[in-house]
Amino acid sequence: MVKMTDLPTKGGFSFDLCTRNQMLLDKGVQMPPFRKTGTTIVGLVFQDGVVLGADTRATEGPIVADKNCEKIHFMAPNIYCCGAGTAADTEAVTDMVSSQLQLHRYATGRESRVVTALTLLKSHLFSYQGHVSAALVLGGVDVTGPHLHTVYPHGSTDTLPFATMGSGSLAAMSVFESKYREGLTREEGIELVAEAICAGIFNDLGSGSNVDVCVITKGQTEYLRNYQLPNPRTYISSKGYSFVKGQTAVVVTKLVHVEAIFQLRVDEWQYRINWGLVQCLC
Amino acid sequence: MELQRSMVDGSVSMKDSAKSEISSERTLYPYVTGTSIIGIKYKDGVILASDTAGSYGSTLRYKSVERIKQVGDHTLIGASGEISDFQEIMRYLDELILYDKMWDDGNSLGPKEVHNYLNRIMYNRRNKFNPLWNSLVLGGVKKGQKYLGTVNMIGTHYEDDHLATGFGNHLARPILRSEWREDLTFEEAVKLIEKCLLVLLYRDRSSINKFQIARITDEGTTIYPPYALKTFWGFSHFQNPSKGAAGTW
Repeated sequence: MVKMTDLPTKGGFSFDLCTRNQMLLDKGVQMPPFRKTGTTIVGLVFQDGVVLGADTRATEGPIVADKNCEKIHFMAPNIYCCGAGTAADTEAVTDMVSSQLQLHRYATGRESRVVTALTLLKSHLFSYQGHVSAALVLGGVDVTGPHLHTVYPHGSTDTLPFATMGSGSLAAMSVFESKYREGLTREEGIELVAEAICAGIFNDLGSGSNVDVCVITKGQTEYLRNYQLPNPRTYISSKGYSFVKGQTAVVVTKLVHVEAIFQLRVDEWQYRINWGLVQCLC
Repeated sequence: MELQRSMVDGSVSMKDSAKSEISSERTLYPYVTGTSIIGIKYKDGVILASDTAGSYGSTLRYKSVERIKQVGDHTLIGASGEISDFQEIMRYLDELILYDKMWDDGNSLGPKEVHNYLNRIMYNRRNKFNPLWNSLVLGGVKKGQKYLGTVNMIGTHYEDDHLATGFGNHLARPILRSEWREDLTFEEAVKLIEKCLLVLLYRDRSSINKFQIARITDEGTTIYPPYALKTFWGFSHFQNPSKGAAGTW
């Protein structure tokens, strides 16, 4: 009798690992968690509009993957969005909503409103039940005035006068809580945002490098890329590398006469070629 | 149920299971906890500050817990974490100071010595898997020398010009790092600390609006009575936030 185990394997999918995976889960082995990218992102409302700020470090676990990335994403000419969490998720979700807003602008013939972006973002994120790991600070100025919102990965939103998100949010929030007041001027707003981002950069390991700032007012948006560079490379030699003779200690010197051996080889080959010719001719 | 089963098995196994049930004499998790402590050096000495809350999990159980105490003539100690372990630490320290006084030789234990003693206790307990579940801040002045150090339940210890435990590390240290100076007067130092305490009040769920500040200088120690800080909730954006965006908070 032919047993089941004796039959040759047919083509198709192999589901061997499924039982193993289930066994591991039953034993309590957990899947590795998703990596959280460190970030400090902030936003505040000042007298004429909204100021957004972000650091520029993108991390892959303990490694800095990008020293100068852009975390303030374009949504509409009058709406910008800072993103913390998984970089791919923040990029994708802001790009998607930005396109949707543009189509909506063509359809309505009007400037986009911040609540539109907010509703599109929150309904998308909620439908993915928190698996799209995007924590956003959304700010802009539209016909109804300046608005600042935070959006969490599960889809909840807050409307706030000042907000921080990311791993450096506590450091930045400590600056805001102690120094924010109503009716800040544009310069004061930018200064406070830069100070909050710097607090995140210097006190949180997941944030670093430079400060990006975006100022949105009625009719005008200023994207100040690398507004502050508080972490310059200070030890660059202008000459580059130079290896002076005598800089490296000599431990052992061994002279090998290569020339002599090479000469022997050439003669040997000549001898072999000659002998080969003789052999052929014979 | 454990005991019932083993009674059927025999008297030997009853002893064993009883032992494992009753005698879990290791600290596994904290019960009544205090939140952050902040300590800074200033021109004349050291200031420690904390709130007076003792939380039982997520319940605010005790509202008048003194978490900053004097140790001898030259030291102040502030504790966060398990309150009962802090009381035990105070017993050890009071005994230490008593024996030192009994020598009556004109010498007294300074903050460095007390810190070292505490560090030994904490690290030893941690190695026996039975920690005193606290993060402590020690501040003191002896012969004009200011001292501010910290030690925690796993034995990590270090000194600095400004320190904090728990949430204070995330919320207060950034402010202190940018605004602390060597030559702060007492009033300026208290203002700086109040700034940090206010942020902690807003953003740490286990803190309350009842704070205590203690000061130590070469002249002596003063632990001030508890007081409250003024909070501000009147931002225009806090009024009716969902007006422009339905469904938001």
